[in-house]
Amino acid sequence: MKIMVAIKRVVDYAVKIRVKPDKTGVETNNVKMSMNPFCEIALEEALRVKELGLASEVIAVSMGPAQCVDTLRTGLAMGADRGIHIETQTSLYPLSVAKIIKALVDVEKPGLLILGKQAIDDDCNQTGQMVAGLLNWPQGTFASKVVLDKEKQIATVDREVDGGLETLCLDLPAVITTDLRLNQPRYATLPNIMKAKSKVIKKFTPQELNVEIKSDLEVVEVTEPPKRKAGVIVSSVDELIDKLKNEAHVI
Amino acid sequence: MEKWRTSRRLLSYSSKNLFDRQAYPNFENSNYLSGSGFTYHFGRICKPFKPVLHHKQNLPTYVYTLRDCINCLRSPLERFNGNTCRVQHRYFGSMATKTQRNPMFATINSDDISHFKEILGEKNVIQDEERLLTANTDWMGKYKGSSKLLLQPRSTEEVSQILKYCNSRCLAVVPQGGNTGLVGGSVPVFDEVIINLGSMNNIISFDKVSGILVCEAGCILENLVSFLDNEGFIMPLDLGAKGSCQIGGNVSTNAGGLRLVRYGSLHGNVLGLEAVLANGTMLDILGTLRKDNTGYDLKHLFIGSEGSLGIVTKVSILTPPKLSSVNLAFLACKDYFSCQNLLLEAKRKLGEILSAFEFLDGHSMDLVLNHLEGARNPLPPSMHKFYVLIETTGSDESYDKEKLEAFLLRSMEGGLISDGVLAQDINQASSFWRIREGIAEALTKAGAVYKYDLSLPVDKMYDLVEEMRIRLGPAAKVVGFGHIGDGNLHLNISIPQYDDAILAQIEPFVYEWTSKHRGSISAEHGLGLMKANKIYYSKSPETVQVMASIKKMLDPNRILNPYKVIPPSLIF
Repeated sequence: MKIMVAIKRVVDYAVKIRVKPDKTGVETNNVKMSMNPFCEIALEEALRVKELGLASEVIAVSMGPAQCVDTLRTGLAMGADRGIHIETQTSLYPLSVAKIIKALVDVEKPGLLILGKQAIDDDCNQTGQMVAGLLNWPQGTFASKVVLDKEKQIATVDREVDGGLETLCLDLPAVITTDLRLNQPRYATLPNIMKAKSKVIKKFTPQELNVEIKSDLEVVEVTEPPKRKAGVIVSSVDELIDKLKNEAHVI
Repeated sequence: MEKWRTSRRLLSYSSKNLFDRQAYPNFENSNYLSGSGFTYHFGRICKPFKPVLHHKQNLPTYVYTLRDCINCLRSPLERFNGNTCRVQHRYFGSMATKTQRNPMFATINSDDISHFKEILGEKNVIQDEERLLTANTDWMGKYKGSSKLLLQPRSTEEVSQILKYCNSRCLAVVPQGGNTGLVGGSVPVFDEVIINLGSMNNIISFDKVSGILVCEAGCILENLVSFLDNEGFIMPLDLGAKGSCQIGGNVSTNAGGLRLVRYGSLHGNVLGLEAVLANGTMLDILGTLRKDNTGYDLKHLFIGSEGSLGIVTKVSILTPPKLSSVNLAFLACKDYFSCQNLLLEAKRKLGEILSAFEFLDGHSMDLVLNHLEGARNPLPPSMHKFYVLIETTGSDESYDKEKLEAFLLRSMEGGLISDGVLAQDINQASSFWRIREGIAEALTKAGAVYKYDLSLPVDKMYDLVEEMRIRLGPAAKVVGFGHIGDGNLHLNISIPQYDDAILAQIEPFVYEWTSKHRGSISAEHGLGLMKANKIYYSKSPETVQVMASIKKMLDPNRILNPYKVIPPSLIF
């Protein structure tokens, strides 16, 4: 069984982001980019499934400009067997990504699709669900535990929901999106980095896959959230009551 | 008799504040009181202390006379229990540092308090027990003073007024910043007034073109780093204590840290400072010029003098631009020889992009994994004997990564590295750094620790650790780590509780060993109180004499951070 993992190249989680002066988006020039943390967890889970002997191959997929290859190399250094790069310069929204993944699934025919639950740059949390819809596959989103049964061809997924944990049984092939507590991704060791250099990254364009990337969404404006105002130290209880009454209007 | 004469010389002090007989009515008239005036009170038995006389033979006998003096005067004075004297009571007594409060210093009275309240306002004159307790104890919990007053000035003028007053009253003071020092230099020894600069935390100006930052001494290093991050610059120094340490303290102690190998020491990066002298004179040497050869460069006196020549109130520092591509590798080596060779290779092959090179031994890693929460071994499952952290900083991401990867792969093929990981994002990099920066914290959690910070020739560095390990046996855990890139070893001995017997095995052996290899007994931590009498291991007596003269000139009443840095016998 092949596992396909979609990974996204995003602004590094620890970087302080700034909005571009023209408000069209977030500043990405000269900013450290790395693999989306949820995608790392997804890849780690795929690798663990493979190490248990339940899968034969892990394929990492990434879409975007040429620099995505760096992120794919990281994925290969973690242990993925090969990579696929969908090269495109236009920004992709979840529906387009889902359509491309569907096209790839038709080509590669994996038994399991693992994605991160959301990307930290757009926080959409839509791609996994859309892909499952397009493919008509069962989905287990916000997975905090995944157990595969090869014979019965089912995946038991514990989901983190608002009320607690929900356990689902999915027939394979299925789509799983990963949540934070699923696992702790491994580091890329030097021997693996060396091996990764010889692993293959295949390039496609959306046209080759017959996918039309036309977005129904348009970003109108990006602004920073209002700055948090400093607290005020009041000197007496009366002043506090006065402020709560007249300024904050809470009493 | 000869011993007595030398100890009398030791005990002579300024005639201004003679021994106050009224305070010590129990004190009998014995011959050793004439001309002296020290009162002693011993909480512990002192062991004989071997002086080091590897300098000329007429080397100051005062290095050991204090000890001998104490020994010969011990029996009659043991009668004086519970008198009013304020001799240092160490929590975890370290035999090597026994000092007596100098009676030339006055004690605070209510007039002083009201005067300070006038200068600073009610809120900034602190006598609250709890806050004083924190301010009186150092970060390791090893040194504890008994000051009754904490002042928090908000401006240089206030500092000047405080010092002017203290100078006139002969009140000893301790300048304090983040209180993260490791040699007891930031806390009072007795009841010195603590002047904490934490309220002076404004960033005054920042020039985006030249990268020159001017700020007040109380700015916390991490805050400066965040500020500069927004502007696209970084601080030239980085240390584990960055969340609490203040730039004034960093400058006063000439802090080193993780980036020294790339950006050099503070002597090079500080372009100017503003300091207040003991008599309240505000010295404005706050230049922002890269080059200024007009007269003696006085700022260098204040950088590294640990608050004993003046209180630094403003700093002007040159900050390097923030380069976008930072890469971090955590590597394992099988022996110290490989670490050394790796360093040589890195300096050659990584050259201009190398920004940090740290090493830690397997024992340190063990300690961190056991005592530090959230620490994760980057190279499971085995424990290696040595680990090295290499950081590169450059402007081109792909070029740097390629260069680093090529270097690492070649080193691996050459057998210099047995295993390693490369951080793929900033979070992974922080977790690697946490391991190295967290060793000090892990040691504190593991129990008592004796810390030594030594500069040694790189090829000899680990020999000391191994010799110490053999010397102390299974009773203590000896760990070695540090800035191997600068030849700086942090030797730490971890034991469940402070123990003078073990200390006797460590000191003066460690200092003698260092001195024998012409190293420094304090590479970056400073002398503080811990090594106040040890300066002779690394500096000649003539040099120390000149230092003492400068101290006496700038601080004639010796109120600034007394008992520290330079042997007190030379000052008082």
